Amino acid sequence: MTPLKERLVQLDVLRYNPDTDTEAHFQRYEVICHEEWVVLDALNKIKESIDPTLNYRWSCHMAVCGSCGMMINGEPKLSCHSFLRDYEGVIRVEPLTHFPVERDLVTAPDDFMEKLKRVKPYVIGKKKPIEEGEHKQTPAQLMKFRQYSMCINCMLCYAACPEYGLTPHFVGPAALTLAHRYNLDSRDEGRKERMEVVATAEGVWECTFVGACSEVCPAHVDPASALQQLKIVGSIDWIVEHLLPGGKP
Amino acid sequence: MSRRPLIREVPPATWFLRHPRYMRYMAREVTSLFIGAYCVLLVVAMQRLSAGPAAWQGFLEALRSPGSIAFHILAMAAAFYHAGTWFNATQKAMPLQIGEEFVKGSYISGAHYLVWAVLSVAVLFLAGVF
Repeated sequence: MTPLKERLVQLDVLRYNPDTDTEAHFQRYEVICHEEWVVLDALNKIKESIDPTLNYRWSCHMAVCGSCGMMINGEPKLSCHSFLRDYEGVIRVEPLTHFPVERDLVTAPDDFMEKLKRVKPYVIGKKKPIEEGEHKQTPAQLMKFRQYSMCINCMLCYAACPEYGLTPHFVGPAALTLAHRYNLDSRDEGRKERMEVVATAEGVWECTFVGACSEVCPAHVDPASALQQLKIVGSIDWIVEHLLPGGKP
Repeated sequence: MSRRPLIREVPPATWFLRHPRYMRYMAREVTSLFIGAYCVLLVVAMQRLSAGPAAWQGFLEALRSPGSIAFHILAMAAAFYHAGTWFNATQKAMPLQIGEEFVKGSYISGAHYLVWAVLSVAVLFLAGVF
């Protein structure tokens, strides 16, 4: 077996210690890495062998848990999914933009969690007696929303969305996409409740379709498409409610 | 240990300089200014037409000026770019599911381009170009 190729990797990592710092600053690390490694591996090696005070989140190392999102050379990425071989020169690593920095690369996800809760991202089921059996779903009904169910809540789309950065009250791409995912679910009856949050100025109408969310999504969810579809749904609801005689959305 | 998170503000006027994709977005938005300006021009044209033959002739003369021709070329380019981004977006906004499969996005956008071309030819025909 041929040995793995090694390479000296330089990383500029943004550091912030809330106990001692008033500003964040970059710290340069130089570490020998295998060519096949990802940025997260390099950070782990730094923490193990150079600087145990470096803070960052990670868990699965396989682009499933959505914990290790950070800005890598200015781009929102999962660090477990960013191969060192794709980078030349010094790699700049920062915490996700648009989120408050708790410490080093760790951001506070509180705002996203609150927004996620507001859109009720769960099946609000049809009421039927349990003896009538499960709610069946055809493959076609599943395919209608399957893509939008792949979201891993990594918040890269929030870091990419300039609208969220400029107007933080925007409910944002992932939460709205999950609202759409449950609205499209044949087992769900919660659309009206969700649209009270979704079809508002803070909801989809804050989206100006920059499309950055879909470009950075590591799970290929395409939040931009969900939001544009929600705009159409919201518009049709409004027309039915306001312009048609006796119309109810 | 208390929490003291660092808040990083987004520069409100220069945020789009941070990334090429934001610049592309702004380019798309800026094309709207040309579309808007052309709509104003059409309104002025109607006003001139209602003001009588002499006013209309004067308006037509003004359209032939180099500045006017330059504006029309720019507005046309902006309209093409804007329409392109719009039609490319249709596949995201209006997915078409047949059975378990979704129709390819390029077909949906392509159909819009086709209708655009047909309608453009129809308008040119009505305008007596052919």
